[in-house]
Amino acid sequence: MKRGWIIGGAAVIVAVFAWLLFGGLQKNVVFFLTPKELLAKGTDGVGVPVRLGGQVKPGSVKWNAQTLDLRFIVTDGAREVPVHSTGAPPQMFRDGMGVVVEGRFGTAGVFEATGLMVKHSNEYRPPKPGEEAHEKYKTLIQQSSQ
Amino acid sequence: MIDLLAHNALLVSLAAVAFGAILTPVTIRTGRREWLQLVYGAVYANFLLVSIAAVSMVVALVTHDFSVSYVAQVGSRSTPLLFTVISLWGALEGSILFWAWVLGLYSAAVVALHRRRLGNLVPYAVMTLLAVAAFFAILLVGPADPFLPVFPVPADGPGPNTLLQNHYLMAVHPPLLYLGYVGMSVPFAFALGAIFSNEAASNDWSILSRRWMLTSWGFLSAAIIAGMWWSYEVLGWGGYWAWDPVENASFLPWLTATAYLHSVMVQERRNMLRLWTLNLCVATFVLTILGTFLTRSGILSSVHAFTTGAIGYYFLAFIAIVLVTTLMLVAGNSERIQTKGKLGGAASRETVFLLNNLFLTAVMLTVLVGTLYPLVAEAVRGVKVSVGVPFFNRMALPAMVSLLFLMGVGPALPWGSTTWADARKRLYPPGIAAMILGAIAVIAGARSVYAILAFAFVGYAAMSNVREFWIGMRARHRAHGESWPTALVRLVAGNRRRYGGYVAHIGVLLIALGITASSTFRSEREATLTPGQTLTVAGHTVRLKNLWGREEPQRSVIGATMDVVGKNGAIIGTMEPRMNYYRVSDQPVPTPAVRSSITGDLYVNLMAFESSGANATVKVIVEPFVPWIWFGGLVIVIGAIIGLGYGGRSATAPAPATNPAPSIASADS
Repeated sequence: MKRGWIIGGAAVIVAVFAWLLFGGLQKNVVFFLTPKELLAKGTDGVGVPVRLGGQVKPGSVKWNAQTLDLRFIVTDGAREVPVHSTGAPPQMFRDGMGVVVEGRFGTAGVFEATGLMVKHSNEYRPPKPGEEAHEKYKTLIQQSSQ
Repeated sequence: MIDLLAHNALLVSLAAVAFGAILTPVTIRTGRREWLQLVYGAVYANFLLVSIAAVSMVVALVTHDFSVSYVAQVGSRSTPLLFTVISLWGALEGSILFWAWVLGLYSAAVVALHRRRLGNLVPYAVMTLLAVAAFFAILLVGPADPFLPVFPVPADGPGPNTLLQNHYLMAVHPPLLYLGYVGMSVPFAFALGAIFSNEAASNDWSILSRRWMLTSWGFLSAAIIAGMWWSYEVLGWGGYWAWDPVENASFLPWLTATAYLHSVMVQERRNMLRLWTLNLCVATFVLTILGTFLTRSGILSSVHAFTTGAIGYYFLAFIAIVLVTTLMLVAGNSERIQTKGKLGGAASRETVFLLNNLFLTAVMLTVLVGTLYPLVAEAVRGVKVSVGVPFFNRMALPAMVSLLFLMGVGPALPWGSTTWADARKRLYPPGIAAMILGAIAVIAGARSVYAILAFAFVGYAAMSNVREFWIGMRARHRAHGESWPTALVRLVAGNRRRYGGYVAHIGVLLIALGITASSTFRSEREATLTPGQTLTVAGHTVRLKNLWGREEPQRSVIGATMDVVGKNGAIIGTMEPRMNYYRVSDQPVPTPAVRSSITGDLYVNLMAFESSGANATVKVIVEPFVPWIWFGGLVIVIGAIIGLGYGGRSATAPAPATNPAPSIASADS
């Protein structure tokens, strides 16, 4: 009799815990979408947290160092989504590279980003000739060594 | 040459461990115990052979022998010596080799310390360790062979992952993690050994295994803290924990190991929870293998996931074998293992321990579900998702805050039972500390319920644990007229396990305080500065002096020199946040500058800069009490070391006055 109560109680606790857990999951799952998938969702894709993945469209990066205002376009080759964020882009940020942007798609058709990650691939891409740091920042390095 | 030697050493070691694992049951069934010498010989031989392979790898790395595949993958002539040596664990194959070496070390230590024990427990535990070693040996001669020949031999290599060669903590965190992770194979081996040898119903096996668990737990605690520190010092976002799957992987076995360290005491004192404790041993080991699978199989994208390949399937198969085997063993023997002990009163220490285990398990399941859900969702529904940080915070924080409270209740209550009036008397003084710390938090501006509760419970538990020392010292002082320091030393020496536990509690509380304070009172600002301009955050002012560049053998460094300006305008220090451009990658590694004091950190990261040096964008973060986290990690380790010097259930009676002051590290078996 007592044993039955214990097992019953444990089952109730486990059930409540599982219910809480999966309720929490449903609310906090962040979908990883490409621009095409995001736009295909229509109004369902607006205002919910999303991770948007794609490439930075060449020539689209506008960065105002004084106001820390950053705008660029993420593309997957098919569709494009304009992105806005506040804060400096990572220094490695450049045209055509893979990014993952975390944030929400606004009603104005602009993705408001709260987080910006550069996609690190497992294989390194060594810098192209002329793109190496000691070439690009030659003036800075020469100035300091004098 | 050296690769051939090492490769053959690994092949022979596979043969040795397989031979030993198979010979053990034959030896015991046929009653030829003298053959056990051969089994133990195989353990020592395996350690020697894997050591030869590991040393060969270090030699190959240091001599830049690019004909060895692993060296060609992670070596570079321009990498400094320290980072060349530690790239032994900088990529997949080397880390498996290092794992096998640590397992060989633990197995040899188990044989050396316990081989004289009568009965079949130790032989079967050794057999289990050898079987685990066989799995890693198979990986090393198969999918994770680090000694493949390379032809044509390259002149130079790319060097280690840039993130892993940027900070000296990479020489600290991985070895600690391996010592913790791999060490948890030993309690698992004793658990299985106990079932095989029909000793699971006695306390003997847990007396042997819990010290190994405590050792591994101490290493794992230190490793987690060192990993947090590394993340803080290298990743440049000013945080130390992001509920990243890789972090979770290290946290999961820590939670079950912590639960074990508590439940094993209930098992000994009250003869309860025997089956549960055994299951915690098994769960801890399975979670370490699961963690290795998550981080090493390439299934998650992170700095830890090196390559994708067949190795993931090996791990999945191994996890399946371990789970099926142990479930069958435990289920088949559960009637015998079950205990008849009864819970004392509701207000007793064992009640608190039960709740502690309940909450630790709940946190573990929450973190496990949150970590695995993306994998399941992708496999089953074909959608790519991630589980956001709010899930972990919302689901795990209540249980973690409750655990802080229990940490104050448990030590104050006696075993067995007590009256409610007595319990109230014992629990009252820490309540005052809770109110004081909670009030300070509210006055300082904390508004989140969990943050205020966390502060209050840290105060509660700190008072409760410190008070245990005070009560014991006072008793000795009065009874024996001992001086206060002598009373403290003899008190701890008289019951090292108990007071080591309290010291570890205090370490956890320091960490909890550091985490709560730094996440509640963090302030940050980002701005683009020209030389001479200042930025002020929460009363801390920095001024950009200049930008500079520097060539180093393996990298180009761009840095900003920032003056820290005091209240009266005087320069009280300089900070140099940098960006390191390694030759192999077009992406720089941020290297924030941190200025620590007892009240917190000033954290400056260089976010962007004009290549002419005209301006730099910097992020300045003020994070109170962060150094307390690192210090708390040290205190936990000290607690674990004190607890290890426990030789048996000693009486709480005063130690004889002739007892010499103990050396902390003495491990009497």
